[in-house]
Amino acid sequence: MNLAVIQYNAGNIRSVLFALDRLGVKADLTGDPDRIRRADKVIFPGVGEANTTMRFLREKGLDEVIRSLRQPVLGICLGMQLLCDHSEENDTECLGIIPQHVRLFRPQSGEKVPHMGWNTLELSPDSWLGSDLQDQFVYFVHSYYVEPGPYTAASTHYVQPFSSVVRKDNFYATQFHPEKSGKVGEAILRTFLDI
Amino acid sequence: MLAKRIIPCLDIKEGRTVKGINFVDLRDAGDPVELGAMYSEQGADELVFLDITATHEKRKTLAALAHEIAANLSIPFTIGGGISSLGDVEALLHAGADKISVNSAAVRRPALIEELAGNFGSQFVVLAVDAKHINGEWFVYLNGGRIATEIRLLDWVKEAENLGAGEILFTSMDHDGVKTGFANDILAAVSETVSVPVIASGGAGKMEHFYEVFTRGKADAGLAASIFHFQEIGIAELKKYLSDKGVPVRI
Repeated sequence: MNLAVIQYNAGNIRSVLFALDRLGVKADLTGDPDRIRRADKVIFPGVGEANTTMRFLREKGLDEVIRSLRQPVLGICLGMQLLCDHSEENDTECLGIIPQHVRLFRPQSGEKVPHMGWNTLELSPDSWLGSDLQDQFVYFVHSYYVEPGPYTAASTHYVQPFSSVVRKDNFYATQFHPEKSGKVGEAILRTFLDI
Repeated sequence: MLAKRIIPCLDIKEGRTVKGINFVDLRDAGDPVELGAMYSEQGADELVFLDITATHEKRKTLAALAHEIAANLSIPFTIGGGISSLGDVEALLHAGADKISVNSAAVRRPALIEELAGNFGSQFVVLAVDAKHINGEWFVYLNGGRIATEIRLLDWVKEAENLGAGEILFTSMDHDGVKTGFANDILAAVSETVSVPVIASGGAGKMEHFYEVFTRGKADAGLAASIFHFQEIGIAELKKYLSDKGVPVRI
């Protein structure tokens, strides 16, 4: 399998490559549109700020590339948020693949922001994750969230329920970091690789 | 529900763990990766590696260590100890570190926090702070507690948060190593002063101490070293105890 990991100005892409390595998968870390288009599967990782990242993707023409992909794509963290229509983080227009808004956590009872640490998954019916992961813990670090909606494959509760996993057509995404979520995270990456 | 985190801390010198590691089942108790993997297996939620090397080669050995850990462990980890420049941090980021912690260098030059957060994101920047209780006030100390300052703890953590620190790792020097419990009152005050997560350090001796720090101390995570290294408390047993007492933990 030819797996591309999209390289852009994001932090800690290295962890994703290490996690894939542990699963025995050699990935192609690349920002080259042709290599991304030709891959069997694509991972769109991300740690960073929405506006700067979208500007970078547009400058490189990667926004169009990502929208045009028909093979399975996995967005991670900021990668998931950027698949949506719009983010409140510096009022950013995103890729518009998943028709949802990304909002800032506004705690009502003293919860900390960012939402940082291990929290549980509540699976939606027929989730692409399979049924074994109900109530399993995964590792989150984020201040913005995707509202629950028709594309939610799992939700998590922090301040209010939000989408921790989504899927629309060939676009899959997780708000948490599967590459940092121990065995549960490895199982999720494996599920995506086996699609 | 968001779980309270249990974090073992490992002291590193020249790429090896030092100080009181006492495990019978390990091939090489000095190997940070092997020890980290064992803690991860037992249910540690995160790891902190604190480098106490003081040589010119430090940047290189630390980045090599971060690379080794990131390649082999699938839980988040923080690296800290004498970090004072963007260059140090960039090397660690590229090696695969999830977070770095800064301490004295940030007190001496607070703009460092702003530069780190601006370049790498707040989620990458942990502010470590050591403090002592003197005449009814908590003051910040530098260089592992050797140098006093007149900076008030609560003022400093608030400023650090405003500059972009994504998490606070607070060590009470009055409680560190004494094993009589965490500094719960000031921890609760730190937690109420900032809106970012707080890691409590210093004072863990019994399982009850973790229960207290997560309830009365309002901490988001509890960090300890020797009680885990000497197997006085097992991580799995600690988490079971906390869970039975109604504290949300990842089991």
